[in-house]
Amino acid sequence: MSQNNKTPHNKNQATFILDGKTIPFTEGQTIIQAAMASGEYIPHLCFNPEFKPHGSCKICTVTANGRQAASCTQQTQADMVVESNTKPINDERRALLQMLFVEGNHFCPSCEKSGDCQLQATAYELNMMSPHFDHFSPDRPLDSSHAEYLLDYNRCILCSLCARASSDVDGKNVFSLAGRGIKTHLIVNAKSGKLADTDFTGDDKAAHVCPVGVIIKKRVGFAVPIGKRSFDEHPISATPHPKVRDV
Amino acid sequence: MNMPTKSKLRIATATLAGCFGCHMSLLDIDERLFELIELAEFDRSPLTDIKTCGPCDIGLIEGGLCNAENVHVLREFRANCKILVAVGACAINGGLPAQRNHLSLSMILEEVYHAQHGLVDGFIPNDPELPLPLDQVHPIHEVVKVDYFIPGCPPSGDAIWKVLTDLIAGREPELGHGLIRYD
Amino acid sequence: MLSQDNTHSDYLDSILSRHQHNTHNLLQMLREAQEHYGYIHSEAIDYLAQQLQSPRSMIEGVASFYSLLYLQPQGDYRVLFSDNITDRMLGNIDLMESMCGQLWVEVGKVSEDGLVSINTTSCTGMCDQGPAVLINNIAINHLTQDRINSLCELIRERVPLSGWPLEFFAIEDNIYKKDILLDSNFKSGSALAEVLKRSSEETLQEIKTSKLRGRGGAGYLTGSKWEFCRIAVSEQHYVVCNADEGEPGTFKDRVLLNTYADMVFEGMTICAHVINAKKGFIYLRGEYRYLLDHLNAILQRRRQQGLLGNNIFGHANFNFDIEIHLGAGAYICGEESALIESLEGKRGTPRNRPPFPVTSGYLNQPTVVNNVETFCAASLIGLHGGAWYADVGIETSSGTKILSVSGDCARPGLYEYPFGVTVAQVLADCGAKNTQAVQISGPSGICIAANEFERRIAFDDLPTAGAFMVFDESRDMFEVARNFVHFFKHESCGFCTPCRVGTSLLSNMMNKLANGHGSPYDFTEIEKLNVLLLSTSHCGLGHSACNPVLDTIAKFRPAYDKRLTHKEYIPAFDLDYALSQARQMTGRDDTGAHLERIHVSK
Ligand SMILES: Cc1cc2nc3c(=O)[nH]c(=O)nc-3n(C[C@H](O)[C@H](O)[C@H](O)COP(=O)(O)O)c2cc1C
Ligand code: SF4
Ligand code: SF4
Ligand code: SF4
Ligand code: FES
Repeated sequence: MSQNNKTPHNKNQATFILDGKTIPFTEGQTIIQAAMASGEYIPHLCFNPEFKPHGSCKICTVTANGRQAASCTQQTQADMVVESNTKPINDERRALLQMLFVEGNHFCPSCEKSGDCQLQATAYELNMMSPHFDHFSPDRPLDSSHAEYLLDYNRCILCSLCARASSDVDGKNVFSLAGRGIKTHLIVNAKSGKLADTDFTGDDKAAHVCPVGVIIKKRVGFAVPIGKRSFDEHPISATPHPKVRDV
Repeated sequence: MNMPTKSKLRIATATLAGCFGCHMSLLDIDERLFELIELAEFDRSPLTDIKTCGPCDIGLIEGGLCNAENVHVLREFRANCKILVAVGACAINGGLPAQRNHLSLSMILEEVYHAQHGLVDGFIPNDPELPLPLDQVHPIHEVVKVDYFIPGCPPSGDAIWKVLTDLIAGREPELGHGLIRYD
Repeated sequence: MLSQDNTHSDYLDSILSRHQHNTHNLLQMLREAQEHYGYIHSEAIDYLAQQLQSPRSMIEGVASFYSLLYLQPQGDYRVLFSDNITDRMLGNIDLMESMCGQLWVEVGKVSEDGLVSINTTSCTGMCDQGPAVLINNIAINHLTQDRINSLCELIRERVPLSGWPLEFFAIEDNIYKKDILLDSNFKSGSALAEVLKRSSEETLQEIKTSKLRGRGGAGYLTGSKWEFCRIAVSEQHYVVCNADEGEPGTFKDRVLLNTYADMVFEGMTICAHVINAKKGFIYLRGEYRYLLDHLNAILQRRRQQGLLGNNIFGHANFNFDIEIHLGAGAYICGEESALIESLEGKRGTPRNRPPFPVTSGYLNQPTVVNNVETFCAASLIGLHGGAWYADVGIETSSGTKILSVSGDCARPGLYEYPFGVTVAQVLADCGAKNTQAVQISGPSGICIAANEFERRIAFDDLPTAGAFMVFDESRDMFEVARNFVHFFKHESCGFCTPCRVGTSLLSNMMNKLANGHGSPYDFTEIEKLNVLLLSTSHCGLGHSACNPVLDTIAKFRPAYDKRLTHKEYIPAFDLDYALSQARQMTGRDDTGAHLERIHVSK
């Protein structure tokens, strides 16, 4: 990506087509990486440009040369034709978002992250008017053991960004995924299962990557009032990444 | 949508397990209320005090389903309204009342009427006049078919107005950035 | 605290040293720890974390992924009823309920005295001799009410499994039709002797000439796979035999490993020769734990025969050995990249591809993953040459295919045919009558109706990993699909949104229809979900999770129509039932305390 800035876009630069636009890319870039470098928005949740792509939420699904693929993990190829902002694809993305909403317990009006939440903002972007499916209403815990941070597992979308940040950046492994299938859930690295019993601190990268409202700093939840938050001002498609106000 | 163009539209509204906030928001359309009154008349609604719903064009439902009476009202609306609209977070995902869903109802009743401090001889009210609670709070789309949704807690007067005017004009309702919000 | 620590270090120390404190063997260590202690104690996780210098959350994450590993105490006797549709058809649910009744325990729970826990599990690979059960991971088949009564008696008397009548543990091969593979009378070392007369290039050429395609489902050309791996430049190359055999209705690998293990090992050794691998693994599904000692004994014999180890057959620099890794109850670990993750001791989550295993597999080294039967075929090709093999079968599909036949037929078991055999022929041979449908290649495969029985088993018509489940006219094909959908829900790894949530939604919708709450609305919902799963899932499991529903809707529509009892949408849950807790708590039963079940709209 940085190469892009150094090397001027010349005729030899490989390009691909995204929704009719010609986009340059460098060897090894995935579709979403190249698109973002050119300022193009493709909806995404588990992708964060600072981390290795994970490819699990599938919100970034596009068609590449006619085949559907996750754009955060699909390598770009020269002259590839990519469709992203089309009705059929956006319909599928909306359905995936609705799945994430009914899988957990999302009560935005009482969520500290509201207005700064990527799940919510992406749902706005894709005109999600209702969760559509029947709710699972799972029984998930809340962990307030830590002096400065709260974990509200009700809102976890299992994107693993916190786990990746903790292991790859903080060198700590505070978070892991456990269980399987619909019972997959996040755990912390303590026998008690409590955040306070881990070596987690507010300085960790992992404290600042959750795209939704699970990892929440205590006592500042509503310091910025609802209505004055990141995505109140601009839709997520117009907000550069990383675009989440630290809550 | 084939709405009668000459005669006024009939609109009904109801609050189920909600806080009347969405109805307050409806009133928040301010002077546009006069415009609305020109276009439509109100059937059953807390605003009219009419108690049963007759045939209507549009039904607006605030609140989710937490008891048997909510279910009766919702069914009455579904049966009488050509277009049923879920208004606000509680109608759409159960909202605040649904935060009891991961607890068993028996446990909640036990806690509230028997175990709480300061209750002497607490008993669970069993008057047939009172509607019985459902074991979980449900958004309305889990019980009847819902045609449109206006999210928000509450949705702004502008959002409600936008959807109503779209519907009245026979357009597919659409809320853009700023009007669609869940909080 | 200390004394507790000691309890666990006692057995964990020897497990740890047997596995060289290597985290890649974590799954093996956890399984052995459980075999010793009955479940994986949280102190045991702490001790492993400390000894392996790994985070405990990682270890817990792994242990909680596999359905045959337990983090909570289980009954001294852990009873798991195989719950494939074929077990259902043989009455497993009644038998399970009878057992629960006799032993005073609820399904999914541990009895109060800690004696027994009873639950269901995905197909255990005994469909030809069901209903089947695993007790402390040991298979017992041919369940009848009498046998259930005896089992209950033995459990109640706390007789250790080692003291149970031997006939309970009998497992039959049930081979009904043999062809070049099952009838080969293979002598250990015979194929290697031929192969070592040739160069490894020439052997690869023989494999290519044979046009052998993988027998595990995807049907990739084995010669190409081996060649890609061979030319991938790297420090190490690995051979992996996929013996996960998790696809419901498939049990041929079980028989091959039981009776033809030398062919499997020899095929792996030939592959090692071609790709220059020093190490191979068999990934054996946890449900086949009973084969472990038998297979290790054969490996040991082969080492003594000079067919494994250093300087195989006296060839300097031909060093190769095989290790067996056991799975622990996860169908997804049959998917090759998830299998490799599991071999590395991790959660069985499919990787992002490319890179493919042939260039970046086990420990990111070039790796060949092949099915058990593919390796057997490689042995035959090593022995007789590629042209000989290509002569069998048909143009698009060379060689033979072993079918695992189960369901409504007189002789369930293994049938080996040259490719190109018709379904009708197989049905005739196994003694199937009044057949309504056949599920080819398991739930992820295809369901065919009677008008398609002239179709052929072949890569360009009906490709199959081997399962062949027969349903006669008395069967309700909706219930068949519902059973399969439940299977996918249970086996989804949970990595990607569409499959993790979608398989649960699909299962709920099928339950809704089954409960008599269906309307055309639900039908369109199911169809929309099908499309979404197919187009956005991360791996083959999610892609195929809808197949059973799609096929049965297309071919057995009346089975669905009779469930769409309502014209208009009604809720998935029973509204009147949703008031029952409140009725009970208030003691009310007046009309206001009920909701009529179905809303009759005007
Ligand atoms: C969900 C899933 C489960 C699978 N299970 C098995 C299995 O149990 N055994 C097997 O050999 N292949 C299985 N496969 C196919 C493997 O990924 C792989 O293609 C195969 O082992 C390659 O061997 P072959 O070329 O010899 O067929 C499965 C694939 C998927 C997507
Ligand atoms: S995490 Fe996001 S979507 Fe979930 S409740 Fe909070 S604001 Fe809403
Ligand atoms: S806590 Fe947040 S960052 Fe971590 S997996 Fe859940 S949603 Fe992702
Ligand atoms: S499709 Fe299913 S099994 Fe495959 S990765 Fe996704 S969740 Fe896991
Ligand atoms: S952003 Fe690509 S799969 Fe999540």
